Amino acid sequence: MTRTGVIALAALAVATLFAFALPLVWTIPPELTDPAHRLADPGAAHPLGSDELGRDVLSRLARGGQITLVVGTAAMLTALALGVVVGAAAGFYGGFVDGLLMRLTDAMLAIPTFFLVLVVITVMGSDLLTLVLVIGGLSWMPVARVVYGETLRWKAAEFVVAAKALGAPPLRILARHVLPQAVPVLVVSATLGVAYAILTESALSYLGLGVQPPTPSWGNMLQRAQQYLFTSPVLAFYPGAAIVIVVLAFNFVGDALRDLVDPRSRSRA
Amino acid sequence: MILFTSALTFFFVNLAPGGPSSIMNMSATPEQREVLIKAMGLDRPIPERYMTWLGNAAHGDLGISLLNDQPVSGLIGDRLPNTLTLAGAALALSCLVGIPIGVLQALRRDSWLDHLLSLLTAIGLAVPVFWLGIVLILVFAVSLHVLPSAGLTTVGDGEFADRLAHLVLPTVALAATILPTVVRFMRSSMLEVLGTDYLRTADAKGLPWRVVIGRHALRNALIPVVSAIGALVPRLLGGAVVTEAVFSWPGMGRLALDAANGRDYPLVTGIALVIAALAVATSIIVDFAYTRLDPRVRLA
Repeated sequence: MTRTGVIALAALAVATLFAFALPLVWTIPPELTDPAHRLADPGAAHPLGSDELGRDVLSRLARGGQITLVVGTAAMLTALALGVVVGAAAGFYGGFVDGLLMRLTDAMLAIPTFFLVLVVITVMGSDLLTLVLVIGGLSWMPVARVVYGETLRWKAAEFVVAAKALGAPPLRILARHVLPQAVPVLVVSATLGVAYAILTESALSYLGLGVQPPTPSWGNMLQRAQQYLFTSPVLAFYPGAAIVIVVLAFNFVGDALRDLVDPRSRSRA
Repeated sequence: MILFTSALTFFFVNLAPGGPSSIMNMSATPEQREVLIKAMGLDRPIPERYMTWLGNAAHGDLGISLLNDQPVSGLIGDRLPNTLTLAGAALALSCLVGIPIGVLQALRRDSWLDHLLSLLTAIGLAVPVFWLGIVLILVFAVSLHVLPSAGLTTVGDGEFADRLAHLVLPTVALAATILPTVVRFMRSSMLEVLGTDYLRTADAKGLPWRVVIGRHALRNALIPVVSAIGALVPRLLGGAVVTEAVFSWPGMGRLALDAANGRDYPLVTGIALVIAALAVATSIIVDFAYTRLDPRVRLA
């Protein structure tokens, strides 16, 4: 693993710890309003200051981090599951199934899915589960492509032919012999997928369509902060910086894993 | 493509809870409800309604907006040019900046400059467009007072310079969504071309550096980049929604947001159709650019 990869992994560990362990120590509830101390400067009571309703920014940043990390990871898992099913089915069965599924994948890649997310979210509402399913349901295409390629590549391998000759049923061949070969590349896709899901979630929350207040998320904290840019510009700084650090770390870990999996790509990336 | 998107949106919007079917649950007398359903054609099956809608759409009639009783095509027509200006300016900016940076990085491979620019590119990929927009507003509008932060023009001032000033910050923010990808593609594509035999030949026979790089290398390296840029357009249009929200830019994205919030389903469907058409138009333009760059490819 490259040095950048290790640093990025450490950054992710720190971010996770910050989001999940800090609230055990720093126990001000993120929803607690304090009208007497609105937009307070950083101090002993509020290390990062307080927001427009007097809520503690540090607590909100931690709780928002939990939401952002959980939604991002869950959305990635959804995309992974869908992508594996579509890609493996298309690659393994070939013919009509292949044509139909891969055509669908290409079509989904070519339309601006953000508009579709917008439509679906406003119609379905935006509780956390819907949010996860929608982000995952509209970002499975790259995974499907990767799994498709791997399935085609390993379908003809000698050990797969051997398994077939021994009379293994097709689904068993797919699950036990072909798909495990795709795991390394899938780990890379998954890591980069979390980064994408977090960016999408925060953009939706910023637009008011994602995580709904009073539950904080890094995206919806920024929406409120924009209204107080003139008086308290720092409010807009913390959540944005948090998003950048976490997404950057996921991307770096993904790149480092790719170098591990496929050493040839090092010269290119 | 266009059919796929429009059908997807149409059926989804019509079947969804909170879609037109929610009219059935309104507090109204049965007679009122009956009249409304008849007037909107909701008594007919959805596939039939889709065919009617599609037939009208072919003549440019996308129906009437539920929120403000205006034709959908007119509402979109008002906003589309603003989005095209913004997206076009951002696309142009990303190419004008991204391609030279990518080439420079490839030529100075593994230098400190290359590493620095690679790091900046990675950061660029991680910055959410709305946060970049907020930071730009903070720096250039709130602190320095050099550029306006919102809207299309200043009220009462429609001069070209004023319009241009309003365009700067949104364009920079939106361009940043695709610029890092353009740079990465350009760099790797250029590196690949620089390693080929024909380039070594061109260099070895003593052609001037400018001809080797500009004529032989750049031209071939641009081919995959053009297709990459084509694939980036959907992302650009998605980014436009967010950018328009940050900068109160009156474009399609804002319209889509309002339509979605107001459950204005003719408007939502119409916008999806136009967006799909834009995506198709882009892929045609990219195909055309291909044939200009690469004489081996001919349009069938």
